[in-house]
Amino acid sequence: MIDLLRRIGLWGRGVVVAIPYLWLLLFFLVPFLIVFGISLSEAMLAQPPYAPLVDWLVDEDAGTTKLQILLNLSNYLRLGGDDLYILAYLNSVKIALVTTVCCLLLGYPMAYAIARAEPAKRGPLMMLVILPFWTSFLIRIYAWIGILKANGVVDNLLQWTGLTTEPFELLYSDWAVYIGMTYCYLPFMVLPLYATLEKLDPTLLEAAADLGCRPWKAFLTVTLPLSLPGIIAGSLLVFIPSVGEFVTPELLGGPDTLMIGRVLWNEFFANRDWPVASAVAIALLLFLVVPIMVFQHVQGRQTEAGR
Amino acid sequence: MAVQPIRKPTRLEPWQDPGQKPYVRIEKVTKTFGDFVAVDEVSLSIYRGEFFALLGGSGSGKTTLLRMLAGFETPTEGKIFIDGVDMAGIPPYERPVNMMFQSYALFPHMSVEQNVAFGLKQDGVAKAEIAERVGAMLDLVQLGKFAKRKPHQLSGGQRQRVALARSLVKRPKLLLLDEPLGALDKRLREQTQFELVNIQEKLGVTFIVVTHDQEEAMTMSSRIAVMNHGVIAQTGTPTEIYEYPQSRFVAEFIGSVNMFEGRVVEDQADHVLIRSEDAGCDLYINHAVSVPSNATVAVAVRPEKIALSKEPPANADGRNVTGGIVREIAYLGDVSIYLVELKTGKTVRVTAPNVVRRTEMPITWDDEVYLSWRPFAGVVLTQ
Repeated sequence: MIDLLRRIGLWGRGVVVAIPYLWLLLFFLVPFLIVFGISLSEAMLAQPPYAPLVDWLVDEDAGTTKLQILLNLSNYLRLGGDDLYILAYLNSVKIALVTTVCCLLLGYPMAYAIARAEPAKRGPLMMLVILPFWTSFLIRIYAWIGILKANGVVDNLLQWTGLTTEPFELLYSDWAVYIGMTYCYLPFMVLPLYATLEKLDPTLLEAAADLGCRPWKAFLTVTLPLSLPGIIAGSLLVFIPSVGEFVTPELLGGPDTLMIGRVLWNEFFANRDWPVASAVAIALLLFLVVPIMVFQHVQGRQTEAGR
Repeated sequence: MAVQPIRKPTRLEPWQDPGQKPYVRIEKVTKTFGDFVAVDEVSLSIYRGEFFALLGGSGSGKTTLLRMLAGFETPTEGKIFIDGVDMAGIPPYERPVNMMFQSYALFPHMSVEQNVAFGLKQDGVAKAEIAERVGAMLDLVQLGKFAKRKPHQLSGGQRQRVALARSLVKRPKLLLLDEPLGALDKRLREQTQFELVNIQEKLGVTFIVVTHDQEEAMTMSSRIAVMNHGVIAQTGTPTEIYEYPQSRFVAEFIGSVNMFEGRVVEDQADHVLIRSEDAGCDLYINHAVSVPSNATVAVAVRPEKIALSKEPPANADGRNVTGGIVREIAYLGDVSIYLVELKTGKTVRVTAPNVVRRTEMPITWDDEVYLSWRPFAGVVLTQ
């Protein structure tokens, strides 16, 4: 009886573990392999618009059938050869980096203040950080258009105070993209930072003060190094989606705001060049896997140190 | 419980010498948190080189008082002077004081060495000197081999010694210790008590230690202030606190005690006689008390000062002698605790050393016994 239960228990555990793995296999690994396959094929006017990788060549004269696998690396070579792609990658990284730094500079004091607030106030304050997520992302971006456009809230305010007499438009510039993306991704920075700062033992700061350390220096030597896991987690959570961001720069950015997300969009929908678009996506992925692995490595070390 | 203070009495103790200036002076300090009064008009003088214990239960205000000395809390009222300097408005990082935290508060991202060096770095001490002083301090606490380890790789006792080294390396004139031995197991605690006292005597630093453990306070300190509900119930040497408690609270907090209620019938310069229904006999005590005649007082008699016998003691004049029946015996190895029910119904606790083996002991359950004690044994509690 016990033996049977144990076997059922093991089986039950197997199911629980298998479900997420199956999910990942079906909806992550398989699509990834499909995209990877497309990136190695050739574009053609067909339905779907690319040449099959694997083909059966039937030689009727000889009466044989041959298996043909055509791997086309030229899509990747094109990425390296065309300035457009390299510039788009670099520009995406630049915008993502600026966004990450802005989020960090804004989010750290926020997370610190919330973590140091009275315990009863922390919940509501955290709620306020998450609250914007309850409305649609697009609505919030449209709201920013209203704020930043010529004759919008910012412009009117500036003209009213007399700081400028000319109509002043922030919209359709890199600035608008920075503002919009920082706004969107700020909670992703605040949440992990808050989690690490809240766990930080305040007596460590008392100990530092007791040993003659001024508050500002105690922040640099104790708080900052101990919140590093939160900084890394938050930065990656902001940086990685920022690199591939499409909607915000599309709506707030100018015509010259070149990001890899837009290039991808154009390749897929304007050029209908699925293989190149897939290659762009795969390259972007490889490019982002490196920071993720660094993060995993640091996290692994941290958990080890926490033991 | 009979803890011998390990301190040898030397010369005139500083607190008895009117010419001595206190190193730490606490003047009518009050600290309130909202409606709660944590420390209530406490005044204390602590002298250079003392090992001073603040003893009390949780919520007695002892830790708050310590934190005010360190500068983490500001007194609501009153003043604190350290070495003659008013500490009002002086932040923790500018006080000539170091603290050893109850949780040790070691920096988890720094090695043992870096933890100990931290304070010296803040003062801009030269690198070579830092290395030398850190090395010497780690040797003192016997952690030289562990210099490169991180705190999480150390045992509780080792962490405690890192914390001690870190707080001593700056050579503070005053070291505050918040439950320094609280996280250690019993055996390690006893061993560390002696180490702490040795280090304190070697370095000549003034120690103020907060503890809830009366045994710890008795063993280590030169003087103890017993705190209760934010006020100091009594200050004195361990012997004074144990032998001459002034209040019921102190008598009951330190060790165990038998309490007899009685009425003063004779109050002379050299003795006092108290008639106690409770004890079932007259209590004769060879010191005077200044209470009005007929006043009701409490008399404390320590369990180890009561003798048990099956025969009535010789030259008994009916004073300090009473009888009862042994109800419980607890054998603790070195001593046994007897709970004796008096004829008056009161239960008295008696401890006696086990001079003979348990099996040969003359007194056993339900024996009728006599309890007697000498005139110096009782203490009249005036508060």
